[in-house]
Amino acid sequence: MSALLHVDNIGKRFGGFVALDGIDLEVQPGERLGLIGPNGSGKSTLVNCICGTLQNESGSVQFDGHKMDGLAAHQRTHRGLARSFQLPRPFHSMTLADNLRIPLLYTVRARAGLLHSAGDLDARCTELLTMVGLDKKARHKPRDLTQVEMRKLELARAMAAEPKLLIADESMAGLSHSEIEDILKLLVQLNERGITIILIEHIMSAVMSFSQRLAVLVSGKKIADGKPEDVVRDPEVVRAYIGQ
Amino acid sequence: MNTTTFSTIVAAVGLAVLAYAHWLGVDYFYFAGYTILQFVVLATAWNILGGYCGYVNFGTAAFFALGAYSAVFVHKFHPLPIPVLIVIGAVVSGIVGLGMGYLTLRLRGAFFSIATLAMAVVFQTLVVNWEYVGGSRGAYIIHPENVEFAGYKVHYIEYLFTLMLLLAVIAIVTARTIERSQLGFGFATIRDDELAAEACGVPTLRVKLIATTLSGAFMGMAGAPFPYYIGYVQPQSAFALDYAVNSIAMPMIGGTTSWVGPLVGSILLGSAQQYATVTISSAVNLLIVGLMLVAFVIIAPNGLIGLVQERMRAWRKS
Repeated sequence: MSALLHVDNIGKRFGGFVALDGIDLEVQPGERLGLIGPNGSGKSTLVNCICGTLQNESGSVQFDGHKMDGLAAHQRTHRGLARSFQLPRPFHSMTLADNLRIPLLYTVRARAGLLHSAGDLDARCTELLTMVGLDKKARHKPRDLTQVEMRKLELARAMAAEPKLLIADESMAGLSHSEIEDILKLLVQLNERGITIILIEHIMSAVMSFSQRLAVLVSGKKIADGKPEDVVRDPEVVRAYIGQ
Repeated sequence: MNTTTFSTIVAAVGLAVLAYAHWLGVDYFYFAGYTILQFVVLATAWNILGGYCGYVNFGTAAFFALGAYSAVFVHKFHPLPIPVLIVIGAVVSGIVGLGMGYLTLRLRGAFFSIATLAMAVVFQTLVVNWEYVGGSRGAYIIHPENVEFAGYKVHYIEYLFTLMLLLAVIAIVTARTIERSQLGFGFATIRDDELAAEACGVPTLRVKLIATTLSGAFMGMAGAPFPYYIGYVQPQSAFALDYAVNSIAMPMIGGTTSWVGPLVGSILLGSAQQYATVTISSAVNLLIVGLMLVAFVIIAPNGLIGLVQERMRAWRKS
């Protein structure tokens, strides 16, 4: 089976600092990949390069059989890549329903060339909000939400774009145990619907229970990639996390 | 309310204003009304980029003056009816808006504002050194006393007032239509968070360029009849900082998130300025703008519309 996402030897520098140093990564359709690494190891930079927020200086990114290099972030979203942000970035002046309306208007509509009626759009917004349990707050603004609700809104908005691959960048940071369970359940549910997911996370219990495969980044290099239980026993990974 | 109904209502209000002015038959009303309506157009145009997208443009005067000087240029070359000049002014300022957007939209916040202000200075310098349109001496435009329409003689200032009223109606209907469209949602995402907008599939650069073009075009439209109104255009008056300051202050005072804000702000501030001009002195104008801005920043940071909405929310809760 050909990979859905194929990251080939990509590199990114910020001045003299090498953030990504020849990363290779493949993600198969329907897979649940966990991406871990200490702070500053380049996880978010990798996500930004895959999603087009940053442009990689070397190497290439292929998604769904197409080269993504040089494409702007919105063009990649149109092709089926979606992400949630590490710190939620909702549209503050809009209601929750309108937050979800944006990807529907700008991505789903652009992709399918369909002109949804106002009623269709409303129904789809409600459906997505129900999926994350925020339907009762559809007319509220993001400032009325709790931390976990904000993360759910972030995921719902990414889902509204009907992606093939969802990259969840630390969707659980700062949440309580039960809230983490909530988000995990949601992610598994999305995966069961056929969406490939890359989960970037520091909370190891969540990563271990979610991931079918685990990749580890340290100082801009990928040092391990394989079954989660094998990877966490890898001496190099242990050294990176705990020290010698 | 759908766009057709809204347009009909705005057009009806416009007609009522026109009928009232005609019934009043006072030239001064036309003179003062023209200036206020000109600010309705400028403030609404500014708000398309500044209010909806959150990009504060300090170069209103440049777009306005480009409209005015396009009219001067065409008039010298071959005089054409003012409605045609308005279209030409819109095209010229729209293209400059597009160009400015392309060059400056990678800048954000204060840097973008400074770039627009610099652009105004560049254009002013160009016009000052352009002899054909009068250079620093300025240009005289002599208009006839009356215009004839199907046998009816209309006083020239009434004609200009009617044109500006029509432009104000078009600007308001356009602004409101944008607000409720996909484009309006796109503008709002840019104001809120550009990175998230891109991630949601909004082509932010294209959307911003539409905003700068539209905003510039409406400012150019407002400027095109100006030489005929004032009779003598010189760079200092056409590029006056007052235009930039007023078209920022008016939406701020009214509220920047909806078409109502610039309308209310420009009527309020414009009338106050006209009143001060005839009762105290024209130099007091900017003082009034300054004082009102300070007052509104303290009392109603989201403008009058924001204040009313807040009160209504509090009233509904109680």
